[in-house]
Amino acid sequence: MNKNVNIKKIVIDKPLKLDCGQTINNYSLAYETYGSLNEKKDNAILVFHALTGDQFASGINPITKKEGWWFYAVGSGKAIDTDNFFVICANVIGGCMGSFGPNEVNPDTNKIYGTNFPVITINDMVNAQFNLLNFFNIEKLFAVIGGSMGGMQTLQFVSNFPDKAKVAIPIACTASHSAQNIAFNELGRQSIMADSNWANGDYSNQNKNPNKGLSVARMAAHITYLSKNGLQEKFGRKLQERDDLKFGFDADFQIESYLRHQGSVFVDRFDANSYLYITRAMDYFDLIKEHNGNLPHAFENTKTKFLIISFTSDWLYPTSENKEIVIALNAIGADVGFVEIESDKGHDSFLLNVPKFLNTLGDYIKTTYSKN
Amino acid sequence: MKQEFQIISDLIEKNTRVLDVGCGDGTLMEYLKHNKKIDIRGIEISKDNVQKCLSKGLAVIEGDAEKDLLQFPDSSFDFVILSQTLQAFLSPEIVIKELLRVGKKAIVTIPNFGFWKVRLHLLFKGTMPITKNLPNEWYNTPNLHVCTIKDFYNFCENREIKLDKSLALQNEKISSINEFNLNVKNLSAELGIFLIER
Repeated sequence: MNKNVNIKKIVIDKPLKLDCGQTINNYSLAYETYGSLNEKKDNAILVFHALTGDQFASGINPITKKEGWWFYAVGSGKAIDTDNFFVICANVIGGCMGSFGPNEVNPDTNKIYGTNFPVITINDMVNAQFNLLNFFNIEKLFAVIGGSMGGMQTLQFVSNFPDKAKVAIPIACTASHSAQNIAFNELGRQSIMADSNWANGDYSNQNKNPNKGLSVARMAAHITYLSKNGLQEKFGRKLQERDDLKFGFDADFQIESYLRHQGSVFVDRFDANSYLYITRAMDYFDLIKEHNGNLPHAFENTKTKFLIISFTSDWLYPTSENKEIVIALNAIGADVGFVEIESDKGHDSFLLNVPKFLNTLGDYIKTTYSKN
Repeated sequence: MKQEFQIISDLIEKNTRVLDVGCGDGTLMEYLKHNKKIDIRGIEISKDNVQKCLSKGLAVIEGDAEKDLLQFPDSSFDFVILSQTLQAFLSPEIVIKELLRVGKKAIVTIPNFGFWKVRLHLLFKGTMPITKNLPNEWYNTPNLHVCTIKDFYNFCENREIKLDKSLALQNEKISSINEFNLNVKNLSAELGIFLIER
C-alpha cells in the first residue's frame, strides 16, 4: 500500500466487543466523504462497500489512480448526488485501505497481525462504522445504501439501529449467505492458502507476497460477478492479439487475458489476508439464524423505508434471495419497494452503467428526500 | 383525474392501511396519498411501471398478485384495491379470496362486458367487442376472464361475500346497484365498482 497518500482516519476509543468474543480498543477506521453536510444535518448517506471495495466510492481513488468503485452512482448530478447529499464511506474493519485490518501492526507484538487478527463479522463491521455518526455529529442518517456485501451491511445496520436511517437500500444481496457463495469464497481462500508465499498468513513479516494465490482467487470470483450471456457477448471465442490458436497455454482467448489482467491488477491494491477475513465475514452472515429462523424479527421495530433492488442476470445473489428480504419486510408491514432490474451484466450490474438501475435509484432518493 | 379514482378515494377512510394490487404507474396511489392520510403500498407486475412508481418514491413491489399476495399476513390492510385488473388473472376466484384474506375490505372495479355498446358490437358486428376499457383484440388481449356487473354481483351473492357498496359508473354519473335495478345497470353502466368484505 502506498503510505504517502493521505488517508482520513478516525481512531475509535470506545471498545468494541466482536462476535468472536475479543474486544478491540483504539482501532482506526479510514473514511472518505463527498458533498457537504447541510445545517439540518439531515442529508447524510452512509454507503457500505462490497468485498473488495474501499472508502473511495467516488472521484479518483488516490491509491489506484482509477475511478472510485461506485463512480457511476456516486457523484455530482449522479443517482447519489453529492451536490445534495453528504456521502460517507468507510473502509470496513478487516479491510486493507487504512482501517483496522490484518495487515496492521499488532501493538502487543510489534508484528503485523496476519492470521492472528480476530475473525470479524458483518455485524462487527457495522458496529464499528456506527461510530461515524457520532464523529460527524449526525443524529439520524438520511440513508444507508450498499450492494452485495454492502447490502448485507445495510440490512445489519437497520437491524441493529432501527431508528438511525430514514431509508435503507440494500442492492443485490441476501439475508443469509448461500452454500454456493460460501463455496466460491472457500475456493478463493484455498487458492490464497495454497500459495507457498502465503506462509501461514505471516507473509508480510517475512517480506513475501502470495500474489499468485490472490490473483487466482480474484479470477475465480470475477467470473461469478458476470453472467454467461454478458461474457459471451463481450468475449465470445475472440482471440487475444493472434490470428489462430497457438496450441499452448498462453492466453489464446480474450477472456483468459481479461481474467489474468483482473487478477494482476487486483494484487496491487488488495491484501490476501484481508481477502480471507472479509470473505469469512460474508460467509458467517446469516440474519435469519441470528433471529432464530424468523427474518421479519430482524426488522420488527424499524420505521425505515426500504428499497430493494436485484438484477435479472445476477446468479450470485439472485432475485429469489432478495425477495426473501422483501417478504420478511411485508410480513411486518414495513414500507418496502422492490424491483428486479433487467441487465445482462450479472452481479456487477450495481457497479456498472445500467441506466434503468441508476435512474430508479436516483429518482427514488431524490423524491423520498424532498417529501421528507 | 379519472372519476373511478375519485370514487375509490371516497370509499376509503382516513388513516388506514391500503394495498393497491396492480397499481400500474402509481397514479391512483399518488392521488390517494395526497387526498387521504393513508399508508399505501402497491404491487405491480410490469417492471417499467414498478420503476415509475419507485421514481415517485412509492412503496411498490414488483410481483404477480396471483402468487405474491401470499406474503402478506391476514387482515394486514384495511382496504385492498383491485382496479380493472380482475379480468386479467388466470384465476380471478382465487385472487378475490386472497384480496379478502389480506384486506379487511376490498374495492374491486370491473369493466362491464354487459354494457349495451359491447352487446351491440357483438350482435351487429359479430366480432369480439373492443371498448375504451378493454381496448385489445381477441388474439392479444390480456383479459382472460371478462365479466359483467351482473356476473360479479351474482358471484358475490353465491360466495356469501358481503357487498357493502355496489356502484355503477356511466358518463361520469354514479348510481347505486341493487337487486331490483341490476339488469338495468348491467346494460347501462360501463364500469362497476364494488366494496366487498368477507
